[in-house]
Amino acid sequence: MLKVNKLYKDFGDLKVLKNVNLEIKSGEKVVVVGPSGSGKSTLLRCLNLLEQPTSGEIFFEDQEITKPKIDLNLIREQMGMVFQQFNLFSNLNVLDNLILAPLKRDKLKKQEAEERAYNLLNRIDLADKANAYPRQLSGGQQQRIAIIRAMMMDPKVLLFDEPTSALDPEMVGEVLDLMTELAESGMTMIVVSHEMGFAKQVANRIMFMDEGQIVEESYNPADFFENPKEIRTQQFLSKVL
Amino acid sequence: MPMLTAKFLEDFQSVFFTGENWKYLANGFKITIQVTFFAFLIGLVFGIILAVIRVAHKDLKPSWRNPSGFLLNLLNKIANIYITVIRGTPTTIQLLIMFNVILISLDNLPLVAILTFGLNSAAYMAEIFRSGIQAVSKGEKEAARSLGLNYLQSMRHVVLPQAFRNCLPAFGNEVITLFKETSISGFIGLIDLTRGANILVSNTFKAAPPYFAAAMIYLIVVYGLEHLFNFIEKRYLHA
Ligand SMILES: Nc1ncnc2c1ncn2[C@@H]1O[C@H](COP(=O)(O)OP(=O)(O)OP(=O)(O)O)[C@@H](O)[C@H]1O
Ligand SMILES: [Mg+2]
Repeated sequence: MLKVNKLYKDFGDLKVLKNVNLEIKSGEKVVVVGPSGSGKSTLLRCLNLLEQPTSGEIFFEDQEITKPKIDLNLIREQMGMVFQQFNLFSNLNVLDNLILAPLKRDKLKKQEAEERAYNLLNRIDLADKANAYPRQLSGGQQQRIAIIRAMMMDPKVLLFDEPTSALDPEMVGEVLDLMTELAESGMTMIVVSHEMGFAKQVANRIMFMDEGQIVEESYNPADFFENPKEIRTQQFLSKVL
Repeated sequence: MPMLTAKFLEDFQSVFFTGENWKYLANGFKITIQVTFFAFLIGLVFGIILAVIRVAHKDLKPSWRNPSGFLLNLLNKIANIYITVIRGTPTTIQLLIMFNVILISLDNLPLVAILTFGLNSAAYMAEIFRSGIQAVSKGEKEAARSLGLNYLQSMRHVVLPQAFRNCLPAFGNEVITLFKETSISGFIGLIDLTRGANILVSNTFKAAPPYFAAAMIYLIVVYGLEHLFNFIEKRYLHA
């Protein structure tokens, strides 16, 4: 469903991604770990073209999306993204946060959008917050709403960039639970996160990034954490765990 | 001191309650308010347009090679020159040029003043608005784009409403500045509050009452505007 070929990304003189190659199949749950500054966020942001790659190709459902003249908005609609800082629209209440994109992108009619919004809100037990503004909610509530906001567009893949690292510890669980539930429902997910428990329980594959490259990859997350092969992975894990 | 006060009150009475003298101030005040109000509307709308052009140019980095990029580059150049010129020259000169050169065939003095002050204020509002837009969280803009909203949709529904709120205090100041600045309208013969007071002085040979009365009116309105904007700000922030 997603294929990345020889992806490079520079910011001026800084080479952030250096020849990243990967292929992700529908239904996979991939967790990406790596030290700060290794290019994890940049990789995710290149996937939905929030950053323009310097060179290389990205294919989404067999369509090359790095070609010029591609309708980026149509691509982004199909790839949800969840951010570290939640990024709910602070001028809109929860319901309007949820229905804005489906309405403006002509994906749903108003009534359908609201119905879908309430269904999702009920699933996360926050229907009573439909009229609240983001600043009136806890971090955990905001992040769960950000996740269902991405779900409103019925995306084919969800990208998560450290979704729990801005949360107070007691709220991490509720967000990971929701992500686990999504994973179990078959959603394709790429998750940058250092939550080892989540990785072991949910991921079918784990990738270690360092200095702009995928250094190690494993289809057995538990094994990856216990017996990392590369020295750089060992050093990193010994610091984090 | 009591003597002086008594004299002032006597003059005041003789100036304002002789014939219809007070009408000079009343009508002048009406003009001042009219000019301020419509100039503010023009400044607001045109200022937002200028600001959006400049921000869009910065965000989108358009190429001169395709038609819409060419247009945006061109508009941005024009906006920059416009803002530089307006902010770099005195409003009085702008008023005189509008009256004597650009709008020479327009013999509607209030309209000349409205257009001049409106177009002048737009340049200042554009700068206010631009910083208001830039203060909106980058993350929210990206979240909007990541959901598939295009640039204009994310501007319209996410960025501008927040920018507007960010700018409210600065808008208040701009209205007050604009309101006081209209007192140069007399340069083109428009009888606003200041000019009305001036005429009264030359008719009655008494300077203090008309000028103090005019000053008082300006002061009360400014005070009122300050409170109005504080009120709107509070309402808006807690909405
Ligand atoms: N827009 C940008 N302009 C310039 N440099 C950038 C930009 N975005 C990221 N970088 C740089 O690219 C490098 C990789 O950043 P990135 O955010 O992808 O790392 P990361 O692996 O996500 O790190 P973290 O764990 O801290 O989030 C860093 O050195 C960062 O400073
Ligand atoms: Mg990051």
